Amino acid sequence: MSFPARLPQELLEHPQVWLGSDLARTRRAGVPSGFPELDRELPGGGWPAGVLTELFPAHEGIGELRLLGPALAALSSQGLRLAWIAPPYLPYAPAITAAGIDPARLVIVKTRSEKDTLWAAEQALASNACGAVLAWLPGAKYAELRRLQLAAEAGEALALLFRPPDTARASSPAALRLALSTAQGRLAVHILKRRGAPLGHSVLLPAMPLAHRKRSSGHAMDRPSLPPAAARNAAARVAFA
Amino acid sequence: MLLSAALAMAPQLQTRRRDAAAETENLLGLAAWASQFTPSVALEFPDGLVIEVSGSLKLFGGLENLIDRVKTGLADMGFGATLAVAPSAKAASWLAREAHGRFVKNSQELKEALQSLPIHLLHGRQDIQEGWAAIGVSTLGELLALPREGVARRFGQEVLDEVDRALGRLADPRSFFSVPARFHAAIELPAEIAQAEALAFAGRRLLAQLAGFLAARSAGVQRFVFRLFHREGPSTDLDVGLVAPSRDAGHFTLLLRERLVSLVLREAVRSIVLEAGNVLPFAGTARSLIPEDRTAPGDWPRLIERLRARLGNQAVHSVAVAPEHRPELAQRSVEPGTGQLQLDFGERPFWLLGAPRPIKEVASVPHYQGPLTLLAGPERIESGWWDGEDVARDYFVARTPDDALVWVYRERGQAEGWFLHGVFS
Repeated sequence: MSFPARLPQELLEHPQVWLGSDLARTRRAGVPSGFPELDRELPGGGWPAGVLTELFPAHEGIGELRLLGPALAALSSQGLRLAWIAPPYLPYAPAITAAGIDPARLVIVKTRSEKDTLWAAEQALASNACGAVLAWLPGAKYAELRRLQLAAEAGEALALLFRPPDTARASSPAALRLALSTAQGRLAVHILKRRGAPLGHSVLLPAMPLAHRKRSSGHAMDRPSLPPAAARNAAARVAFA
Repeated sequence: MLLSAALAMAPQLQTRRRDAAAETENLLGLAAWASQFTPSVALEFPDGLVIEVSGSLKLFGGLENLIDRVKTGLADMGFGATLAVAPSAKAASWLAREAHGRFVKNSQELKEALQSLPIHLLHGRQDIQEGWAAIGVSTLGELLALPREGVARRFGQEVLDEVDRALGRLADPRSFFSVPARFHAAIELPAEIAQAEALAFAGRRLLAQLAGFLAARSAGVQRFVFRLFHREGPSTDLDVGLVAPSRDAGHFTLLLRERLVSLVLREAVRSIVLEAGNVLPFAGTARSLIPEDRTAPGDWPRLIERLRARLGNQAVHSVAVAPEHRPELAQRSVEPGTGQLQLDFGERPFWLLGAPRPIKEVASVPHYQGPLTLLAGPERIESGWWDGEDVARDYFVARTPDDALVWVYRERGQAEGWFLHGVFS
């Protein structure tokens, strides 16, 4: 399980070199996902920066964004910007703040066409002004993804693309491709492609099932209770919100 | 040699008419390109450039390095040239024309270097040129050996003045070329090209010229257009946009190649024009003394500007929470980077529907993609009675048969029924 020592390190670390024998050592450490069992299986120990990551949720609402919550919260608390390009619905500020993501660090980009979405994603990635770029790209083709991959390599951002599940079978230049589904009410992450050896089984995330905060449901007051949202345990919230 | 004679000797010879306008255009393009080495570039029509480099030697690491850069640059653009260096502009120009590029670095060598140059380099009327032959003078050296008064009397003071300028004894003011505001360069292809990817080679030459032009103006471009001209029909335009202003010829070439890969030519290309209109100030990148692990964060405001330039102001925004209980009013669209209130709401979904969507109720169970399992709730929200938009709702977190989590509510007011209001993505 060891490849020849004479392989030059630059080659091993090249973003387009894929090693079949072992989990590739990536030059950059990933951004921890907040889910240790997932981080263990991701080269670099987290969401990889400077390459494309494709996410294929089986359908919306299974926790595809909650999965990214801890990483996005960590990036925004470091003062890094987040760009959400062409989300399918209006992102809801109360949920964003509850997940620990600072909306002041967030920009939402509405586009009229997929072409514009690709363009905006490329701009955001290559500008290197963002900590993470999330883009919803239902119909992107290989050449277009390749262009995004080049833009991603120019920067340090997480490049996270949400794609419909039926596009998962097409080939892609993305370095990491994850199919998301549910099993036993939990989010199951199936790694379709990563740098290194493929993973045979899905990663079941324990924090993803509905483990919501105990709260006294009842009549809400007309005036929302003010501050201590910051004091709240963001990680526990993310699992749900 | 006559064309007919040439063709008789080499029947396969391909001939072209000399295009003076194109030559001038190329010369102007080269002048703009050469302005990256010095602000003092003068044109010598029809085929020469004089550039004053003594002030630039330190910046470019000495004369040899500078000459290397000029030579490489010219080769990249596909131009052949003879270079010469001399302490005076006229001498440099003469040496380039007649002495196959001699490098004379000081005035002592200059006189010696000029000795052997032919006398016809001196501008002059026909009768003066014949006069040289009549007195048996064929080189500048022979002219310099003659008494000055006699030469001045017979051929005029202008002749001596010209020699003195070459020797650096007289000032030789030139009007310097000023770099135009827009970039425009053309290449006439030697043969028609039908394969798009084969155009990259010619395109690279134009891009090298563009990079020099931009360096001369301390500028960058964010967009350039290749126009491919065909024998018939309108030109094919390749519009290449950049994320940030740049003048990196290598990067430009990469982008061009990307574009050419996907281009299908409907007709062969005869000539290529490269245009860059919007020239933006660009200082280049300063390199850090210490290698950095993380690349410097990019220019956030510029990214926002660019996105807005194409997509419109409204399309690029951020969201902020608002102190309001009605979910649809608990957030507003704000300028990116606006400071935030910290408010504590209940469980809220990442996605809020623009308007609540009525969903079915079957046997008192709400249905959305099948029967919903209510997981949490009710969270009662009653508010807004004062402005006529009052709501009275019981919100629930619910799970669909597909394990998706949604946010639904039961209307408690006049309109009864279940509504989908958000998705816990």
